[in-house]
Amino acid sequence: MCALCGVLDGGGDWTDAAARPGVFTRNVDSLQRRRERINRVACAQKVLSFYGLTLSDWQASSFVLSTLTGKSCLVDNLTHLWAAAETLTGRPCDPLDPRLIERLEAAGG
Amino acid sequence: MADVTPVNLITGFLGSGKTTLLQRLLADPALADTAVLINEFGEVGLDHHLLERIDETMVLLQSGCLCCTIRGELSAAIKDLHSKRERGVVPAFRRLVVESSGLADPFPILSTVQADPVLRHHFRLGNVVTTVDAVNGLGRPESLKQVAVADRLVLTKTDLAPDCEALVAELQGLNPDAPLLRAAEQPVAAALLFDDGAHSPLRAFPADPEASHGAVHSFVLAFEGALDWTMFGVWLTMLLHRHGEKVLRVKGILNIEGSDTPVAVHGVQHLVHPPIHMAAWPDEDRHSRLVFIVDGLERSAIERSLAAFAGRPIARSGPLATAAG
Repeated sequence: MCALCGVLDGGGDWTDAAARPGVFTRNVDSLQRRRERINRVACAQKVLSFYGLTLSDWQASSFVLSTLTGKSCLVDNLTHLWAAAETLTGRPCDPLDPRLIERLEAAGG
Repeated sequence: MADVTPVNLITGFLGSGKTTLLQRLLADPALADTAVLINEFGEVGLDHHLLERIDETMVLLQSGCLCCTIRGELSAAIKDLHSKRERGVVPAFRRLVVESSGLADPFPILSTVQADPVLRHHFRLGNVVTTVDAVNGLGRPESLKQVAVADRLVLTKTDLAPDCEALVAELQGLNPDAPLLRAAEQPVAAALLFDDGAHSPLRAFPADPEASHGAVHSFVLAFEGALDWTMFGVWLTMLLHRHGEKVLRVKGILNIEGSDTPVAVHGVQHLVHPPIHMAAWPDEDRHSRLVFIVDGLERSAIERSLAAFAGRPIARSGPLATAAG
């Protein structure tokens, strides 16, 4: 997704960088890609729980982001995730929010 | 990435000597196979007349400021050059240099190259070179942003303002990672300016890695132990989503779990370059290190946030290494 205008462009996010010589990515083969997606869901979930959101993998191609009441949307990648989370919850997702930080500190990261 | 053409941006405020620098650089045989794209503000472009080389690989965009009005034109111009190169209509250039207008915010220019689905398969961002006029210094907000995104800083007109140590200290404080050259006193060889930082580590960390210019300030975070790459991605994407406009620059090398060698990350506002898997650590120091140049964000808040996400404390005064080159 374009960071400026929000237009979906089908890839190119730095967290899913294409495998090229010299580039660090976990996008090299299908096993690595699947493993990274599972890990990504687990890591993001630690933060998303604070907002009452859940994330799950969808067909190894997108992620489903859902509220506690079942409102859902598809997201492509981590960069897209936060805009979608704000839209679903109607509140800012700020990693500098002291309440979020306290929650993560209490949970041990 | 040998088949991917680097795009270098020369930026700097109005009258800071961008065109003069480009003129000197183009005389360097190392840039013989370089295409040049010049953006001038106003109806009649003048700067390009100062450049003696006018050929088919030099493109002039006259529609105005690159930052807001002609992103499409920039993208089209680069695609056109690429198409002509592929068809053999223009010589096979191996580098593209874009000289922006002095008023341009560099971010949209960089973003155009990386975000365009066609361009990003054939071009990659190279070093950003920022000229700063020693006579006028950092007077405008645009100048600060241009300095913050620089990979190389070129101080011009030092022959007119030899007493510029305060400005030098300010520049090095604001962007501690960018080498600073004095155009009037030093040779400005293309290799010095354009040799890729992409595969090199952070250059140096100052002993007192905190400096400020109003709300714009830079600092270094260092931390021990290996980081979870995925969790770092969760944190940085979230930070840049909410505060990207205020994170003028983030650059660092990270000790990543499961990787023997470090990973270099490099971002400008909302834009993060593809992470580089470095071949080796630059020295014995295995701390992860991140340089931030931010506008109005508190170091302590970023530090605490990263520590909470990573689940580990951040070392306030780790053994920060100073690596050459």
